[in-house]
Amino acid sequence: MLTDSILSIVTFIPMVAAVILAVVQRGTDEAAQQLAKYYALFTTTVTFLVSLGILFQFDPSNTGFQMVEEGEWLMGLTYKMGVDGISVLFVLLTTFIMPLVILCSWEVKTRVKEYMIAFLLLESLMLGVFMSLDLVLFYLFFEAGLIPMFLIIGIWGGADRVYASFKFFLYTFFGSVLMLVAMVTMYSISGTTDIPTLMGWQFASDSFSVLGIHVIGGLQTLLFLAFFASFAVKMPMWPVHTWLPDAHVQAPTAGSVVLAAILLKMGGYGFLRFSLPMFPVGADVMAPVVLWMSAIAIVYTSLVALVQEDMKKLIAYSSVAHMGFVTMGIFAANEQGIDGAIFQMLSHGFISAALFLCVGVIYDRMHTREITAYGGLVNRMPAYATVFLFFTMGNVGLPGTSGFVGEFLTMMGTFQVNTWVVFVAASGVIFSAAYALWLYRRVAMGDLIKESLKTITDMTPREKFIFTPLVVMTLLLGVYPSLITDLIGPSTAALVQHYDTALEAAKTATQIASH
Amino acid sequence: MELIILFAPLIGSLICGFGWRVIGEKAGMVIATGLLFLAALLSWIVFLSFDGTTQIITIMRFIESGSLSTDWAIRLDRLTAIMLIVVTTVSSLVHLYSWGYMADDPQFPDVKYKARFFSYLSFFTFAMLALVTSDNLVQMFFGWEGVGVASYLLIGFYYKKQSAGAAAMKAFVVNRVGDFGFALGIFALFFLSDSIDFSVIFADMPTIAETRLHFLWTDWNAAEVCALLLFIGAMGKSAQLFLHTWLPDAMEGPTPVSALIHAATMVTAGVFLVCRMSPLYEFAPDVKLFIAVLGGTTAFFAATIGLVQNDIKRVIAYSTCSQLGYMFAAAGSGVYSVAMFHLLTHAFFKALLFLCAGSVITAMHHEQDMRNYGALRKKVPFTFWAMMFGTLAITGVGIPFTDIGFAGYQSKDAIIESTWGAGNMYAFWMTVIAAALTAFYSWRLVFMTFYGKPRGDRHAHDHAHESPLNMLIPLGVLSLGAIFSGMIFLNSFFGHTDQVAKFMGIPVAEASAVAGGDHAAADTGHGETDSHATAEAGHGEAAEGDHGAGHMVFAGTPGEGAIYIAPDNHALERAHEIPWLLKLSPTIAMLLGLAMAYLFYIVNPKLPVRLAQSQPAIYQFLLNKWYFDEIYNVIFVKPVLLLGKLFWKRGDGSVINGFLNWLAMGVVPFFTRLAGRAQSGYIFTYAFWMVLGLAFLFTWMSLSGGAH
Repeated sequence: MLTDSILSIVTFIPMVAAVILAVVQRGTDEAAQQLAKYYALFTTTVTFLVSLGILFQFDPSNTGFQMVEEGEWLMGLTYKMGVDGISVLFVLLTTFIMPLVILCSWEVKTRVKEYMIAFLLLESLMLGVFMSLDLVLFYLFFEAGLIPMFLIIGIWGGADRVYASFKFFLYTFFGSVLMLVAMVTMYSISGTTDIPTLMGWQFASDSFSVLGIHVIGGLQTLLFLAFFASFAVKMPMWPVHTWLPDAHVQAPTAGSVVLAAILLKMGGYGFLRFSLPMFPVGADVMAPVVLWMSAIAIVYTSLVALVQEDMKKLIAYSSVAHMGFVTMGIFAANEQGIDGAIFQMLSHGFISAALFLCVGVIYDRMHTREITAYGGLVNRMPAYATVFLFFTMGNVGLPGTSGFVGEFLTMMGTFQVNTWVVFVAASGVIFSAAYALWLYRRVAMGDLIKESLKTITDMTPREKFIFTPLVVMTLLLGVYPSLITDLIGPSTAALVQHYDTALEAAKTATQIASH
Repeated sequence: MELIILFAPLIGSLICGFGWRVIGEKAGMVIATGLLFLAALLSWIVFLSFDGTTQIITIMRFIESGSLSTDWAIRLDRLTAIMLIVVTTVSSLVHLYSWGYMADDPQFPDVKYKARFFSYLSFFTFAMLALVTSDNLVQMFFGWEGVGVASYLLIGFYYKKQSAGAAAMKAFVVNRVGDFGFALGIFALFFLSDSIDFSVIFADMPTIAETRLHFLWTDWNAAEVCALLLFIGAMGKSAQLFLHTWLPDAMEGPTPVSALIHAATMVTAGVFLVCRMSPLYEFAPDVKLFIAVLGGTTAFFAATIGLVQNDIKRVIAYSTCSQLGYMFAAAGSGVYSVAMFHLLTHAFFKALLFLCAGSVITAMHHEQDMRNYGALRKKVPFTFWAMMFGTLAITGVGIPFTDIGFAGYQSKDAIIESTWGAGNMYAFWMTVIAAALTAFYSWRLVFMTFYGKPRGDRHAHDHAHESPLNMLIPLGVLSLGAIFSGMIFLNSFFGHTDQVAKFMGIPVAEASAVAGGDHAAADTGHGETDSHATAEAGHGEAAEGDHGAGHMVFAGTPGEGAIYIAPDNHALERAHEIPWLLKLSPTIAMLLGLAMAYLFYIVNPKLPVRLAQSQPAIYQFLLNKWYFDEIYNVIFVKPVLLLGKLFWKRGDGSVINGFLNWLAMGVVPFFTRLAGRAQSGYIFTYAFWMVLGLAFLFTWMSLSGGAH
């Protein structure tokens, strides 16, 4: 039935389309390239429209998994998909962003067919990450998704793409290995790979000593750390963030957009799906450390962003800072914090995507991302200057844009847990205004003096069309955030309650044991 | 009606900003201006028909998360009503004025800019109205930052000028320092009362004041912490000492903007915040003291800089900074109504002064240096008279011991008396001295501009001309405000307890009844009609000058009425008991300043130069604005950039990437050799590892009998 397996349908439309494109299309002439673009645009648009069905079927008051599909797969493994309030909006974010990503790739000239195949495959794999309810399936999607991204950076990327993908590889490699070990451990203890079952499983949390190190929270802490290694890299959190600026700089515009808008959200999603519900004691033990890492990330990367000379690097560093608010909110582990974290991830999906697109617009014209190569663009590109300013303000977290709600809620949530962390994090709000507005001033304001810019043209209708939905979403969510909080609220409340109950239970168990 | 007031400017802004290409620039401007006048008209209706009862009009839901629930809503009480008329009146006049002032700008010879300007002005007005009508802290923060953006856009309006871009950015970033405090204050209040709606927070105040809040390193009195954090926000917006540096630079914006945003409305938002949060500040006596002291200091400090500036707009900018200090001195003294009083009168006379300055600047072909003015009285007679009224108002001219005087005479003297009433002698003397300085720099401005001999460019002076009618009408209307607003509103803001209470909608009770602990008597004051009747009775007695039997005290609970006055706060009543000599002191100070200015710039114009030469240290110190910009550059800007470089090159570069390289060079080759890696790049290595891992997982799971 169509509605019964809507999740699988949404997930695999792009993949099937990619296979068809790969098999059917021959020839590399202009017409074939054009066809591949329209084909990919059509596919991603259809995927988006079908995915709206998920939203219509979704019942926010039900905090469990919905539209669940389950079946046997290879070698006795289970195929299980489902969404809840935490994942459903990431699915929609993905399907929403992808048509825009295809649209912004309209000027790609080399290997267009392969390019489109890579992005379509990537879409399926990313969707799978947010929907899979089985550990093995999750791992498969989670890791396989990196391959198309590698290829996108490696084939269509900039001059230093080998270095960037090398770094990307190193980071993710270590994280993945540890996560795999942890998954195997979990399976050997519980005998299941079913995520909903594991979310209710209480892994041992008695402290023990390994190699002379006293591990508070015992096994849960170790499992937490193993997953943390993988997710922290994905976020990315300070100090394992240095792959991101390089990856962004080398990636083509569309690659940066996907990376910032969707791939970065997998880390945050992982924390919410795995770390908090499955290892509450471990999360509780490590929370202060993570909170401080977040606060440091916000200030540190904001300061680094301030002195960047490359526009994309600047925005990449600002992304790290914004993800700092996400991790801070998640590990505040209360409703405001987690609602804020999810909100911030979604909002960042729109705003950072738009900012990378903004860089792409002028990069396509001038083929440089050096800030000093620009100046006074407002004189010849008023529409561009308006859009760029709008998203700069969104990035700064101006109330009325979606950027504000996430930052505000995460800080509000964290205030209840640790005022020092909020104090440090809130100072990031000052620095974000400084780097974002300074960038805007150097690029857009001033007189247009540079000879090379004298003939630059304003945005084309296609470019304006790409930005329109992003502007609408940023404003809409900023003015009426209930659109999101209504959907995620009950699930976050359940998550927080589950977390608190589990912690309480573990505490009682320890007390009983010690008596 | 309130909704129309709030949204008319937004609609005007959108139509004008985005629609002008379709409907034409002029039509856009007509719509924006027309809607603003409509909003102003409705605001006056609301203000005059307001009965003192707080109303809340909910518009729609805003941020909701867990126990946090906020709405977009309008809270209509006396404070809001006052702000509505201030904002919409000045804004509509500034819109009108801009028709003339912005008619042909040499900065934009070939670009259409007028619709953009009007759109920004209207957007600012909307954000400001959202701020003052808010019924919760988040919506207020929305307006707070919204006006910040409008200010950013308008300061940077002449985007081709480097200095304008720099000033716009500086304004926004310095304001963010204040917002940092404001935001923390909101979080703290939410933490304490589980809500950010004013009504809930106010009702919780007595409890909050008893609570200890762990903030940063130690426990504090919760009310004091929240009050201080919010005040940091107010300091930024209202350009108080230490966070004032953006305001003078903001003069890069067109002059109507300076009048509307950087004099009459936006910069007073901080004062409004403190008055709005009076239930909080009444429970935070230490912070109140701090506010009064800082306000007094700012009033003095900014005035000293104003003495020596030569740019006509900068003089008025420092004057604004100084006058804001006055308002805080009053608010910190616990006489919030007087702070609002000065806010109101100042909006009229300061907007007037700025618009007059704009008129002079247009007349002199965009010359702003007063050293190049002189003898303009005959050239621009109408502007001269308007400027005269403005100056008479700001310097506080009036007949001592009567209620006859210009607006500033009423409100400024009320502030000075209030600081005395609160027993804050430091703030008292600071504001008195500042009154002398105010008189000096204000008259200096008038004398240098309109009197003496023409200086500077002969040609510019010969062709100086009076401004068109659309600029002169606003000057006329504001002149009326500068002359009469003080006399009209004196008793409402600075009358006796019962008069102020009636105006602000606060219940009152007989002093003796409360002192006797008879709460029943106090309670009778709560009823609407009762309070009205009591207030009427009190009014009659006060008019007779009888303070004995009918003595009233404020009896509201926090959140009742527009402001809250604690039972032990008698500053307002005591202010009226000020000794006659002290009461006279601002007038004496004013005359002193006037005399000095007359001596320096009319009798002997060589004197200022000689004085500057004989005291170079003091002169340079003042001319360079106490070196705040230079000091901040050294202690904040440079270290921050240096730290950024350090983190980037050393932190990310040497430490983190260095470690990775070490790992890559040492550890990875070991593993890859072990795996007998193919020479085909990292992507394949990665894919290989993943497949290997998965294969391992599958095999192992199959062997152990499947997942279930």
